[in-house]
Amino acid sequence: MDTILTINNLTKKFGYLTAVKDLSFTINKGNVYGILGPNGSGKSTTLGIVLNVVNKTSGDFHWFDGNTTTHDALKKVGAIIERPNFYPYMSAYQNLKLVCKIKGVDYSKIDEKLEIVGLMERKDSKFQTYSLGMKQRLAIASALLNDPEILILDEPTNGLDPQGIHQIRSLIKQIASQGTTILLASHLLDEVEKVCTHVVVLRKGEKLYSGRVDEMISSHGYLELKAENTDGLVQFLEAKKMFGKIKIEDELITAFLDEPMDAKDVNKLMFENGIVLTHLVKRKESLEEQFLQLTDNN
Amino acid sequence: MLRLLNLELQKLLLNRTSKILIFVSFILPFTVLVLSSIKINFFGFFTLELGELGIFNFPIIWHITTFFASYFKFFFAIVVVSMIGNEYSNKTIKQNLIDGVSKKEFILSKFYTIVFFSLLATILIAVASFFIGLYYSSYTEVNIIFRETSFLLAYFVKLVGFFSLCLFFGMLLRRSAFALAFLFVLYIVEWLIFWGAYESFGDTETAFKVKRFLPLESMYKLIDQPFQRIMITKFPEKTDLIYDYAVHWYEIAIVLGWTALFIFLSFRLLKKRDL
Repeated sequence: MDTILTINNLTKKFGYLTAVKDLSFTINKGNVYGILGPNGSGKSTTLGIVLNVVNKTSGDFHWFDGNTTTHDALKKVGAIIERPNFYPYMSAYQNLKLVCKIKGVDYSKIDEKLEIVGLMERKDSKFQTYSLGMKQRLAIASALLNDPEILILDEPTNGLDPQGIHQIRSLIKQIASQGTTILLASHLLDEVEKVCTHVVVLRKGEKLYSGRVDEMISSHGYLELKAENTDGLVQFLEAKKMFGKIKIEDELITAFLDEPMDAKDVNKLMFENGIVLTHLVKRKESLEEQFLQLTDNN
Repeated sequence: MLRLLNLELQKLLLNRTSKILIFVSFILPFTVLVLSSIKINFFGFFTLELGELGIFNFPIIWHITTFFASYFKFFFAIVVVSMIGNEYSNKTIKQNLIDGVSKKEFILSKFYTIVFFSLLATILIAVASFFIGLYYSSYTEVNIIFRETSFLLAYFVKLVGFFSLCLFFGMLLRRSAFALAFLFVLYIVEWLIFWGAYESFGDTETAFKVKRFLPLESMYKLIDQPFQRIMITKFPEKTDLIYDYAVHWYEIAIVLGWTALFIFLSFRLLKKRDL
């Protein structure tokens, strides 16, 4: 598979604060990547470094096969960071024309991309008259102008109303379906879960997880159990090695599975060992639980 | 190079404020020059015709027009600092870099714009002075006409140097107003250095020699004030008025040195900064 971006041991310090610590990951062509992390976990800093606006402290990164300079590589990348930044006194069309001049793209692309994001009717209005949702869509149009190999979006739905969020998300999915690699930074879990195939989880600048979203979610799940004889149940669970961590809340016992196991088999096992369950539910963790577990317990 | 210039011109010419300021800084000195060259009749009491004073004679006209026109550079100085300030306040500098303008190209596009407008101003002044001179001057031999065109070169270098200083202050402070205020601070600092030099050397002449190396003074000294020279042409017997008003190569070299330094420092500043 073609790699698009490789990051090796990247570190960024702002004075005493380490914003990104020894971060390494690779981005391959054709996937939708999410960088997930709470606010201040170093998502935007990482993107800033690879986009050449923030200077790294140590480590290195390279675009594509490593033979292109970052300056040239950026012409094949489309990116928006934080808020959409355009010249307020220029119209949408004029702003995009400027981007065309920077990237060396033909002006005919402007109308095409404005059509995709649905801003054709407003293309001659000044940028300062746009709503936040429209600004964000214009930013996506601008990032798409050069038909980029990779589209980088930093919190693209931040501050939008539900409709705006929906519009942006379906836009992202539409773009991804055409084979464009996407890197999406977000602190919104369901956003990453809905849109991304791969995820990198960051906390305080450190990588906690990187891999496929479904693999991150697919632990073997956990059981919620209740029995008349709570102590006996707990003792039994602790004795068996297929159960990992056990949590007790009031009467409810949560046992995490270390091996795959059906609810039916659990019930049978319990009954054979003289424990009668009054409550048995098998659940899979959502990305949110997984994420909170990753970011809190470390 | 044309691409970078083209980028910057679009940013400037679509902005109404900078468009007006550019217009003013180019058209105003031009109009003043043309107006002053025509005969003005004050309601029949007397006629004022500056041309009669001999100030539009070749070669002194080059000296006079470039000296006065250079005061209008302050209008364009506002454009220069605001073209940096706006990039920071709109955060478009960040987006420009992400879109694929390198930091070097960013500074160069500003510098090319400065050179472009300085060149335009120089050409305008040259053409206007040339025709007004042809109309009024008592001497129209070719070698007299072109004798002191070194003032045009000085004018060009002076503009490029001054705007590069503005560019650097803009990059340093990121706010247009602060940058303009800093120009004034620099002016005071130069007088303080002059005063310090006077205290340590004991005479004004040496102190002025020191001050001549400072940015603002070196730019000012490129084109010396022409009033004394006008007096000399009127009263040739007053020999104590004679002074050195010519443009010297070392004066140009000092200003070019400052220009190079300001552009280099602006680049270094941008390179080191996290946006």
